[in-house]
Amino acid sequence: MSRKFTPKVVTANDLREGCVIYMTETGSWSMHHHEAELIEDEAIAELRLLKALGQGDRIVGAYLADAKPGLKGPEPIHFREVFRTRGPSNYAHGKQEAANV
Amino acid sequence: MYNYSDFDEAFVRTRAAQFRAQVERRLDGSLTEDEFRPLRLMNGVYLQLHAYMLRVAIPYGTLRADQMRQLAHIAETYDKGYGHFTTRQNIQFNWPKLTDIPDIIDALADVQMHAIQTSGNTIRNVTTDAFAGAAADEVADPRPVAELIRQWSTDHAEFQFLPRKFKIAITGSAEDRAVIRAHDVGLELVKRGDEIGFKVLVGGGLGRTPMLAPVIREFLPKADLLPYLEAIVSTYNLMGRRDNKYKARIKITVFENGLDTFRAAVEEEFARIRPAFSGVDQDVLAGIEAQFAPPAFKNTPVEFYEKSLEVDPLFKTWAKQNLAAHKVENHAIVTVSIKEHGATPGDASADQMRLLADLADRYGYGELRISHEQNVVLPHVAKADLPAIHAELLRAGLATANVGLISDIIACPGMDYCALATARAIPVAQEIATHFKALGLEEEIGGIKIKISGCINACGHHHVGHIGILGLDRAGVENYQITLGGDAGPLAAIGERAGPGFAYDEVVPAIERILRAYLAIRADREETFIETFRRLGPAPFKEALYSEARDAA
Ligand code: HEM
Ligand code: SF4
Repeated sequence: MSRKFTPKVVTANDLREGCVIYMTETGSWSMHHHEAELIEDEAIAELRLLKALGQGDRIVGAYLADAKPGLKGPEPIHFREVFRTRGPSNYAHGKQEAANV
Repeated sequence: MYNYSDFDEAFVRTRAAQFRAQVERRLDGSLTEDEFRPLRLMNGVYLQLHAYMLRVAIPYGTLRADQMRQLAHIAETYDKGYGHFTTRQNIQFNWPKLTDIPDIIDALADVQMHAIQTSGNTIRNVTTDAFAGAAADEVADPRPVAELIRQWSTDHAEFQFLPRKFKIAITGSAEDRAVIRAHDVGLELVKRGDEIGFKVLVGGGLGRTPMLAPVIREFLPKADLLPYLEAIVSTYNLMGRRDNKYKARIKITVFENGLDTFRAAVEEEFARIRPAFSGVDQDVLAGIEAQFAPPAFKNTPVEFYEKSLEVDPLFKTWAKQNLAAHKVENHAIVTVSIKEHGATPGDASADQMRLLADLADRYGYGELRISHEQNVVLPHVAKADLPAIHAELLRAGLATANVGLISDIIACPGMDYCALATARAIPVAQEIATHFKALGLEEEIGGIKIKISGCINACGHHHVGHIGILGLDRAGVENYQITLGGDAGPLAAIGERAGPGFAYDEVVPAIERILRAYLAIRADREETFIETFRRLGPAPFKEALYSEARDAA
């Protein structure tokens, strides 16, 4: 029996700006993790990643990251992905800066 | 100071224009990321966690005041108002947009700077002692040689695709402030009688397999340097492993083949190619040396400085901690700490950069240095001007008197920025600095070097910290390994692992236990942490670290 598949989101960085982005259900890109599509099926996850990798003129460094359902939408699991939803811990830069304004 | 030749200028401008075209082709979709990645890396552009990063070389750590002002301008215009100085004597900008990077590279070229060969499997930016050309204890200024190596290696056709990156460090002083033993090739300027030459070390490096470089040649005549280096690099190019990235560094080549075999191959190659070096390189070197001629030092008296030491305790503390002996009696070397307690090691704001540039112009003959310990150095300051400099630094919050103390930590960007990181490093450094200041123990503890890396690549030099901290990912949780007894100086040593790692919240208390043990067992106030460690070994510190946990178990 295969191990249970951990749900995924597709994440990348914006090609021009460099900021962290997530793929939504419609295939567009959002700045917010909770707006990402939570993919529960392994085969679909691979397909969605391929779709992302095909958008090389918009994004860079796409990959699948573990995620779990949350109140507002998908939430990250690993601390690295949690940091990517916020920004660095030494300044209020990155996404947490955008949240302040 | 060194100025670009017309050749350098044309080369840097051409590369800037090429890169602008490459970025345009990436943005319009005609280059894929796979095609673009090596091109951007060759130009110092990385993709980090939250943004791109641009790494700019500061060859041999030397900056002119106008260059520092330009870095401030770039930080303000294209970044978030600051830059990050690294242990490799680079500056990194953490937030550039890809679309702005060609303009940044042009702005750098305007002040004769660039981001070329700060990455890739090439010969990297040669690093030196930040006190080069100023230190009282140096045999000769190592920077002309560093510049000669730069000219020889930049775009050297044979050496663009080495098995792995290649880092050279050079020191002019036995006091080794350039960590030459942890580099692929380390050079120390030495004297034999009246003749100046090099002690050559090869095969050092940190990272996954830390090794200290052994000496391959005790004395190499000055004129033999380039052919000898070329022989080393060629031998490595042939013998180095390309099958396994982790075994490709020269330290592994030297280790696996044995130093004697490696040396024999180098000497043979050296004998073969030496005749082809006609001595032109020595003419070039003489020309470079002339450009590094020291400034005309002022002849001001030192009485005012000495008086200030007597009457101003704040100034006295700063002078004790942040000054080093200059080769000219009435001058001093000033290390400006950019590590105020709680600040990010290595970060300087645009305002701070500008103030430092102004101080360099007014009091420091227009010269600045970046130290591998991530501070800014004014290498030549007349002692008479020190009280005035100190006053200005105080007003700007830059007079922190902590050089060499516990808060003067080297930390890599770790998981706050770096895409390769396994854990954070910066906040650990910040908390250690503020914690020991709050305890009031910083001065009591005295000289100690703590170094922190956010992954096994060891950019924070943790192996050679008196206390090293390595952040790892243990099953999805940050975990920190502590090493003890490392050293980066002439008595270089790789620290040994103390035992099981600590959770993020446990690191600062663990460091406190080590240091309280040190305070309790040191012979006297004069004995530093590393001296106590060398005398007693790791046992008492391990005991302090782990006994509580064992008792509880
Ligand atoms: C944030 C972007 C950075 C990345 C992606 C990066 C990547 C790496 C990698 C992969 C290595 C290991 C290479 C090898 O062993 O072959 C390395 C080594 C090194 N890095 Fe970085 N680094 C970064 C930032 C820094 C910074 C900020 C510093 C200085 C504070 C630094 C200083 C060094 C040094 C000194 C080494 C050599 C360690 C050794 O002797 O093996 N790096 N870096
Ligand atoms: S040590 Fe690791 S985490 Fe730190 S900068 Fe180097 S590669 Fe990044």
